[in-house]
Amino acid sequence: MTAMFGEPIARLEDDRLLRGNGAYLDDLGHDALAAAFVRSPHAHARVLGVDVADALDVDGLVAIYTYEDLPGRIAEPLPLLIPHPALTHGRTGYPLASDEVNYVGEPVVMVIARDRYLAEDAAERIMVDYEPLPAVVGVDAALAAEHLVHPDVPGNVAGHLVQSNGDAAAAIAAAPRTLELHLYIERSASTPLEGRGVLARWDTESRRLRIWTSTQTSTGVRAAVAAKLELDLADVDVITPDVGGGFGVKIVHPWPEEVLVPWAARLLRQPVKFTEDRIEHFVASAHERGQRHQVRVGFDDDGRLLGLDVRFWHDNGAYIPYGLIVPIITSTQLLGPYKPGAYRVEFSSLYTNTVIVTPYRGAGRPQGVFVMERTMDAIAAALGLDRTVVRERNFIQPDEMPYDQGLIFQDGRPLIYDSGDYPAVLARLKALAGWDGFEAERAAAAEQGRRLGIGLACYVEGTGVGPYEGAHVVVETSGKVKVATGLTTQGQGHQTVFAQIVADELGVPIGDIEVVTGDTRAFGYAVGTFASRAAVMSGSAVALAARAARAKAIRVAAAALEASPDDLEITGGIVQIKGDPESGIAIGTVAVLSNPLRYAFDEAAQAATQFAGGDIGKPPVADGDEPGIEGREYFSPLRSTFASGMHAVVVETDPLTAEIRIVRYCVVHDCGRLINPRIVEGQIHGGVAQGVGGALYERMAYDETGQLQNASFMDFLMPYVSEVPAGIEIDHLETPSPLNPLGIKGAGEAGVIPGAAVFAAAIEDAEGIAITSMPISPSDLFELRLSRRGDRAV
Amino acid sequence: MASASEQGGITQSSPGLFDISLIVNGAPQAVRVPARRLLSDCLRHDLRLTGTHVGCEHGVCGACTVLVDGVSVRSCLMLAVTADGARITTVEGLTEPDGTLSAVQQAFADCHGLQCGFCTPGFLTTITAGLAENPDPSPDQAREIIGGNLCRCTGYQNIVQAVLRAAELRREAGLKREAGLTREAGLTPEAGP
Repeated sequence: MTAMFGEPIARLEDDRLLRGNGAYLDDLGHDALAAAFVRSPHAHARVLGVDVADALDVDGLVAIYTYEDLPGRIAEPLPLLIPHPALTHGRTGYPLASDEVNYVGEPVVMVIARDRYLAEDAAERIMVDYEPLPAVVGVDAALAAEHLVHPDVPGNVAGHLVQSNGDAAAAIAAAPRTLELHLYIERSASTPLEGRGVLARWDTESRRLRIWTSTQTSTGVRAAVAAKLELDLADVDVITPDVGGGFGVKIVHPWPEEVLVPWAARLLRQPVKFTEDRIEHFVASAHERGQRHQVRVGFDDDGRLLGLDVRFWHDNGAYIPYGLIVPIITSTQLLGPYKPGAYRVEFSSLYTNTVIVTPYRGAGRPQGVFVMERTMDAIAAALGLDRTVVRERNFIQPDEMPYDQGLIFQDGRPLIYDSGDYPAVLARLKALAGWDGFEAERAAAAEQGRRLGIGLACYVEGTGVGPYEGAHVVVETSGKVKVATGLTTQGQGHQTVFAQIVADELGVPIGDIEVVTGDTRAFGYAVGTFASRAAVMSGSAVALAARAARAKAIRVAAAALEASPDDLEITGGIVQIKGDPESGIAIGTVAVLSNPLRYAFDEAAQAATQFAGGDIGKPPVADGDEPGIEGREYFSPLRSTFASGMHAVVVETDPLTAEIRIVRYCVVHDCGRLINPRIVEGQIHGGVAQGVGGALYERMAYDETGQLQNASFMDFLMPYVSEVPAGIEIDHLETPSPLNPLGIKGAGEAGVIPGAAVFAAAIEDAEGIAITSMPISPSDLFELRLSRRGDRAV
Repeated sequence: MASASEQGGITQSSPGLFDISLIVNGAPQAVRVPARRLLSDCLRHDLRLTGTHVGCEHGVCGACTVLVDGVSVRSCLMLAVTADGARITTVEGLTEPDGTLSAVQQAFADCHGLQCGFCTPGFLTTITAGLAENPDPSPDQAREIIGGNLCRCTGYQNIVQAVLRAAELRREAGLKREAGLTREAGLTPEAGP
């Protein structure tokens, strides 16, 4: 049987989705009542009163709820999911605003009606009386702290963290050369094509709650909602249906709606559904990326880093339910593949009257890589060195692995790189991108009046963070194999890659394997899908569970065949003496034999009944044994595993219009062993497209009063095909991780991480103008050209 | 597109509710809808054809694209009452009569043209109409065919490949003649030979 691991097989989930038979959240619960929300039109205001009188005669109205109606724990603030000692002033919102609103879009009133049209009719008629307060918008206003978002949070500072390794100040002071940079990145957002949504059904007879939600963590939602509704975990099922993309935003939980909809469903004893619309997704879910950075770096005349001191300010929006994860990641992962010399990093996370900030694919790394790679380019420029040479001189070398950066990572564990070969990645990238031949290419283009530039950017990404994932594998008597793992799926092809792992580990045909993810009924212990962790964590757990099931099948079959377990193999779903197909028993039959029966319900079962044989001197199920061919295992690694990669882009900038065109985009990527190269490349493609969006098009255009001016797909410029490169050239290096049984590293986020950095480098190279702020539009570039011309005139 | 007057007007069955008839994936359907009901909601929630997805409700993302009398239309921008009498093809109607995937669907499977799958139905309908118009697109024309649909997962790379692959599959299957017939007849699968 051919090994499935490593094969670029077509996805097993596609057939259903291609026929229109997917089941996304809003495809469920057609008869459910619909929820709609009255949301704050003000970025900052006191709520003085709510008048629902006009809404009461809307046909089909079922209920209207304000903060005053919320009982018990539901009336308390939403949980602060990831506390941290440095998060001294953590604040979270209420499911419905109590007496103050802190961003445009914050839910104030929930309306339940027969359908969404009617619920919106009623919502429109509800009058909320506000007293507007001054809005704090953007990092600078938050830092100035002329106004406060939360009156009891001085300086708008939610948290402040310093980490260091060595004495950076002294190292910089003693360095032969120093530079200072000021770097800024704007907000963007995950923006999955399907927004959030939740459906809840309370079973009045069994007194159980069932929730379907478009989430990246079904077990997280289950625990959070059970706590809010004061239910036992055993009385709550959370099912993740097909999810139309996540990219980070759906890891946040519980959303206000995820608490309110189940609560209302229980109260009304009717199913209730909320489906977020697009404008709601812009103003009432989450954004990321907004950070201002200040870098001081000391280096020698060869470009070697001696000391690096980074201060930055992170805009966390109105509340901080997901804690300091994003800035912690920036502060640690900006080091990339380099030895920074002495390092000190300090950040403040600041409240603003805007949508909350939580991880979006890349999660703080795009900012960190932007900071580090801009610094590398600045050093190269200062010394007149090739940009790849400066990087090479600062790389951690393969023989220095594992490499301890001397910091604490986002999982609370030491930042120790497990493996990687950065010089080899760079060598491949230079070949792929034609780095050494670029000056000739540039000159040839210049002769035609075309302006080209090339940039590169390197990253290291901590993936597969803990604490754990688990998996269950069971062989049915039919020979079918059911696999369950608790984390959720949003398009990553988990059914395919986990089936590939099981096919190899258990020795069964891939077509006989069925994988379930994100359903607490099938597997109750899980963390979630984020931080490029699903393949590493659940993939490893699935492998271990399949190995356990295999060992059991071999043991049972060995007894039946009166053979030594060491002499058996499983291939094509048959357990047999090695190399002797004649001896084989189908694995489904082994499952029958593993379960001693009193009752025969079919011919296969007759083989396992009490009169079918067995040693009468022993109990039918031996001490310490259990019926069935099953494996249930957990994987909990010591630390994260660190993937790496480097991107290069060649851009052409129009000398007249400042339009920026991508000539070619090259990726070299090392995520350890590839389970399915086709799926990994798909992940890279999507990440690169989001990187293009974040670098050239996407920004959250807040005005000074906190109104999001571009909250639609008309105005928020998400890339169409016309904005992405016609081809993305990809090369892989496979440096296995020593930290998990499969040698794999995460791949989900990588494609987006160097986006801002690599485009800034290429545009700077084309234009000869320092690029310090991203994204950059043609208008921005045009302005930069004008201001440079102005400088020269002076 | 068939208008109400051509159909002899729409019956208002009770105040604010209208009886309309649609031919959806070849099957006649009678639906009672409020005047404001979007075609997308009518297909999804009244007829329970949930393959058509709604990604933005303002006609930009293309996830809700269906074929109305053979023309690709954003069903979130069309009222159900204005589709009275029309022949509509949704993603559920793209498969061949014998249940096999259409060339476009098969090409998406072959080329890993989908990840989360939410935008996919809109791409499938759009490309089906695009290839009916241009059965042999160049790579640039393939990009043009999908130029109005948003996908957040794939970076479009494999969707472009899928357009080209679908064209190839159609050629291989000798579907050119059939494409001509379906275009003539309004591009619903049952109109094929």
